[in-house]
Formats: sequence, structure tokens, C-alpha cells
Amino acid sequence: MILFLSYLINGISLGSIYAIIALGYTMVYGIAKMLNFAHGDVIMIGAYLSFCATQYMGLPAVASVVLAVMVCTALGIIIEGLAYKPLRQAPSLAVLITAIGVSYFLQNVALLIWGSTPKNFASVVSLRSVSLMDGQLLISGVTLVTVLANIIIMVGLTLFTGHTKVGKAMRAVSEDKGAAELMGIHVNRTISMTFAIGSALAAIAGVLLCSAYPTLQPTTGSMPGIKAFTAAVFGGIGSIPGAMIGGLLLGVIEVLGKAYVSTELGDAFVFAVLIIVLLVKPTGLLGKSVREKV
Amino acid sequence: MKKWTTAALALAMTMTVSLAAADNAIKIGLIGPMTGPAADYGTSVANGEMIAIEEVNQMGGLQFELNMQDDEHDPEKSVNAYNTLWDWGAQVIAGTVTTSPCVAVAAEAYNDRMFMLTPSASALDVIANKDNVYQVCFTDPALGGAAAQYMYDHQLGEKIAVIYNNADVYSTSVYQNFEARAQELGLNIVAVSTFMDDTTDFSVQVTAAKQAGADLVFLPIYYTPASMILQQAAGMAYQPTFFGVDGLDGILSIEGFDTAMAEGVMLLTPFSPDAQNEKTQNFVKKYVAKYGVVPSQFAADGYDAIYALAAACQQAGVTPDTPAEEACEMLIEAFQTLQVDGATGLMTWKSTGEVTKNPTAVVIRDGAYVGIE
Repeated sequence: MILFLSYLINGISLGSIYAIIALGYTMVYGIAKMLNFAHGDVIMIGAYLSFCATQYMGLPAVASVVLAVMVCTALGIIIEGLAYKPLRQAPSLAVLITAIGVSYFLQNVALLIWGSTPKNFASVVSLRSVSLMDGQLLISGVTLVTVLANIIIMVGLTLFTGHTKVGKAMRAVSEDKGAAELMGIHVNRTISMTFAIGSALAAIAGVLLCSAYPTLQPTTGSMPGIKAFTAAVFGGIGSIPGAMIGGLLLGVIEVLGKAYVSTELGDAFVFAVLIIVLLVKPTGLLGKSVREKV
Repeated sequence: MKKWTTAALALAMTMTVSLAAADNAIKIGLIGPMTGPAADYGTSVANGEMIAIEEVNQMGGLQFELNMQDDEHDPEKSVNAYNTLWDWGAQVIAGTVTTSPCVAVAAEAYNDRMFMLTPSASALDVIANKDNVYQVCFTDPALGGAAAQYMYDHQLGEKIAVIYNNADVYSTSVYQNFEARAQELGLNIVAVSTFMDDTTDFSVQVTAAKQAGADLVFLPIYYTPASMILQQAAGMAYQPTFFGVDGLDGILSIEGFDTAMAEGVMLLTPFSPDAQNEKTQNFVKKYVAKYGVVPSQFAADGYDAIYALAAACQQAGVTPDTPAEEACEMLIEAFQTLQVDGATGLMTWKSTGEVTKNPTAVVIRDGAYVGIE
């Protein structure tokens, strides 16, 4: 029982990381209707920025996170402006391929700047871990912070898209770009804004990812990025609460699969989930199926 | 033609170190990971080899010239690097550093009749069925078996857990031989779990070891995953004795790694930097003066590799004009009777290419390796 509970906690730790990455994924998809495969790599850049700020510039942990968020926000806007904006009218496949290109570009830039030698990321979370059942179960400080950050971001994003003027504009753009433009909404600015928020979330996710799993190298973001994409699809891509639930469930599935079936098949379980969801319920757990009106 | 194309494609950085005039020096090629997740191994071996070459050249007899090529611990890049060295005119390869690339390069070198002395690639596959490939380090079976023997002799743990990389030749073969020897000795292995390359979440493996009550965890793996296992174990307040073999060497030089995490980690390696013999003392002193860190086992292996080659070239009469194919046959013959007293102990070689020497154990104290005996 204790063993199962400790695996469950491990699963939630891992899942909370997937969830926080998936929130950014789903946010961008929900509004811009494009899969930003470079999201995982913005995460990696965010983690490197925080690493450099603490290791080389001697900034405190919180300041390094703020710096990473600011730079990643700018990076998100630049990527959107340079790579995606010219393709606004292009078929979605072209945008998808461009996103993969951006992903490789960012990885190689990181390779040039920081080299391929892995760096060890010192956790930015100084919170002590909580022990349950006479110390038999431990919940790490990073997990607590990540879960908390997930909830704050989820609630924040839901309120933001539901109740603010910019948020409403985002939903309008998501529904129909042409009609939104006719109503006087600045479509390009709204999409830029979406990328800015998505990339800011990516920076936070990157710092938390590396605080939990401290090896930092140019490929750090790619695998968690793809798994978070799976989590977003699982929860219903475009759905903000769905991303969080999908992420947590996916982490638990991965860890339990590794624990009780085979440690080598962890990734296989994750992607089996993706295939099953796409076959059985393509809209995911909380996704809405929108019927196209003719 | 093929060689030229591949050489042109090679991404490897070229760093030619001219320690002697090219005309009258024997050309030695080194291939190893100078960048990437295994970079510490490559740079350590290179540093060790450079110190040895300086010393050998200063003695005035044989002169050596070293050409280093980066392979990023990638078999394909390693073969490209080998082709680059072939075109440069290398007569001997004092590499490669890591196992999987070495297996790939050794196959090429066997066909080309190029003599190889690897400082640190330890799998049996490296030397299997190849009369031209020799090792300075122990083979994996020797290390795995020796680790089990050491645990048994020193009563290190009641319950032993093992975490190894199932996708890596080195890790798997050390584990298999450890397991076979542990069975014979009756060691109590309570948990065995595996992982794959690029794994970052070790929570399942560490939890399995913790819940099985293991007080000794054997890690026959490389240092990058080991650093994550140590940190995740600390996060779970799990403090067994961690025991590794030569792959763990290098853990202290990861950028940003808190060496306090590695306090008390034990390693079975053929080299202990505080050994009291003159050769080791001299090497450690020079290395610290030049690079500012205490040399790892890899540096010592590289250092010994050059001395072994120098002794063998002397004995066989290899000159800068000897073509690689001829040098290969001459060196093979020389290695049968060669005896070298190096920083990693007294070495002799079997005709299979396997080295014979004694392993020692070191423990990490205050961020440095300390000999146990």
C-alpha cells in the first residue's frame, strides 16, 4: 500500500510538470489553432536563462525566474512574428512544419551558446518536503509548488479568457478570425499576445521542470514537450482544465506503468495513451466537439 | 574516396596539438567525447595523454605527435573522426574513449590494420575477435565481478539494489557480470531496475530500491544519470551507500552539481590519486598544476596508454616512417611481452587485448576522491 502510494506521489510529481507544460500548449492551440511544437524548446531556453542568472550573474532564484519569464515572453513574440505570422493564410500543415523547424532552430542555438555538456540545475524551490505517515511518504517541495502553480495558472487563464476584454478577443479570434477582424479586433496583436502568455508560462514550466529533474541540456525540453502535447490531447486540446487533468493522469499512468509493468516501457505507455485517445475519443476528456456549420 | 567524403562530413572539431615537429614524430590519434554528456571522459583522457606525451618527448628518445578528434560519444561521428585521423596519417590510435563508439571504430581499425590501444572503453566487444585492439582499463566482466567481490569481502550491504541502463552495452555487461558473481558469493540482491538513455525521472527506480530496504545501491552507469539518481534519492530522504564503477568517475565535475550529494559514494577504479607510488604522485602533481583539478581514472588511463605505447614502440622499433599496417603487426607482437608500471598499477596484457592489473576502491569525501586502503 505504501509502495503504491509512493508511486502515486511520484506520478503526481511527474504529472504536475506535464500539466504545467500542457497548459501553455493548450492555450496557444485553443486560440491560434496551431500546434506550437517549439513550446518544449522555449521551456529549455527558459531553464537555461534561469540557470545562467543564478550561476553566472548571482541573482536570487525569484529574480532569475522573472528574468526568464520576461526574455521568453519576448522570444515568444519574436518567434510568432518571424515564423508564424507570414503563414497566417497558409495551410495548417505548413505552420506545423515551421513549428518543428523553429524547435530545431532553438535547440541548435542552445547547443551553440551553452554546448551539449549537461548542466546541473539547482532547484529554485527552497520549500522543505512534506512527510506523511511517519516519513514513509515524502512529497517534495517542488511538487507542491508545481501543483500550486498549476492551479493558479489554470484559474488565472480561465478567468482571463472568460472575463477580460483581451481574453474575450482571444476567444473571438479562436472562433472566427475573419468575423473577429470585422468586429474591430486586432487579430495579429491578439495572436501575438497569446504567444507572449504561452511563452511566459513555458519559462515557468522550464524552471519547475529542471528543479524537479535537474539535468539541463539542449534537448531537455523536447521529450517533456511531446509528452505534454499528449497530455493536452488526452485532456482535450484547447481546454484549460483538461490540460491539467490530462497532465496529472498521464504522469500517474507513466509512473505506474514503469513501476508495475516495466521501467523501459514508460514512454510506450504515454504514447499508447495518445493513440487510444485519438481512436476512442479524439476530443479528449474535456474537449468539446464543434460541429462545422455549412 | 569514401574516406574523403566522410571526413568532409565529419562534424568533429579538429584540435591538432603540435608537441613535436611533424616530420620526426610518431603520429598518434585520439578519438573521444570532448563535448556532450560524456565530455568529462574525453577531456580527461586527452589531458592525461598530453601530459604523458610531453614527458615522453622531453626524454629525447621517441617523439610523439597527438591529434584529438571529438566524437560526442556517438558511434557514427566516431567513425568519421577515425577516417579524419587516417587521412592525417595516424600510425596508432590511442582511443577511443567510450565503449559504443569504440566498438564501431575498432571494426574499421581491424579491417585497416591500425593498432588501437583504448584507455577506457571497457566492454569485451571492443576487443572480441580483433587481434589489433588492446585495453588499458579493465574489461566490464572484470569490473562487475570485482565489484561483487569487493562488496562481499568488505560486507558493504545486507540488501543490495541495482539500477542500470538497459540500452547501454557498458552498463548491461557490468551488471550481468556483477550479478553472476553476486550469485556465486550469495549476495542478497533485493531490487533490480533498469532505465533507458535520456531518462530524467528515476523516481520509480529509486522508490523500488528504497521500499525493498536496500542499504547498498550498485550503479554500474555513467555519471550523468547517476547524478540525477543521487539527487532524487536525496529528495526522498533515502540514504543508502551508493557504489559505482569507473563510469561514475567524472560526477564531481558536472557544472552546477552540488558535490555534497556525492558524499560517501564508493567507486571501484584502477586508479587512486593519493596512492603513494612515485609515478602516481608525479602525475597527480603535474595534472593539478596544469588543469587545476585532481585527475580522474580516465586521465590516468590516458596517461598510461601513452607510456604503454611508448614502451611498445621502443621495443618493436616503430619509427615515424613505419606505415600503420606494419606498425600494427609490430605492436601486437610487442604487447604480448610488454610490462608497464603506470599510474594505474603494474600492467601486462593477454593476447586477447585484455589488461591484467589490480582494482582499488575510492570513496568521495568533501568533493574529492580518497583511497580506502
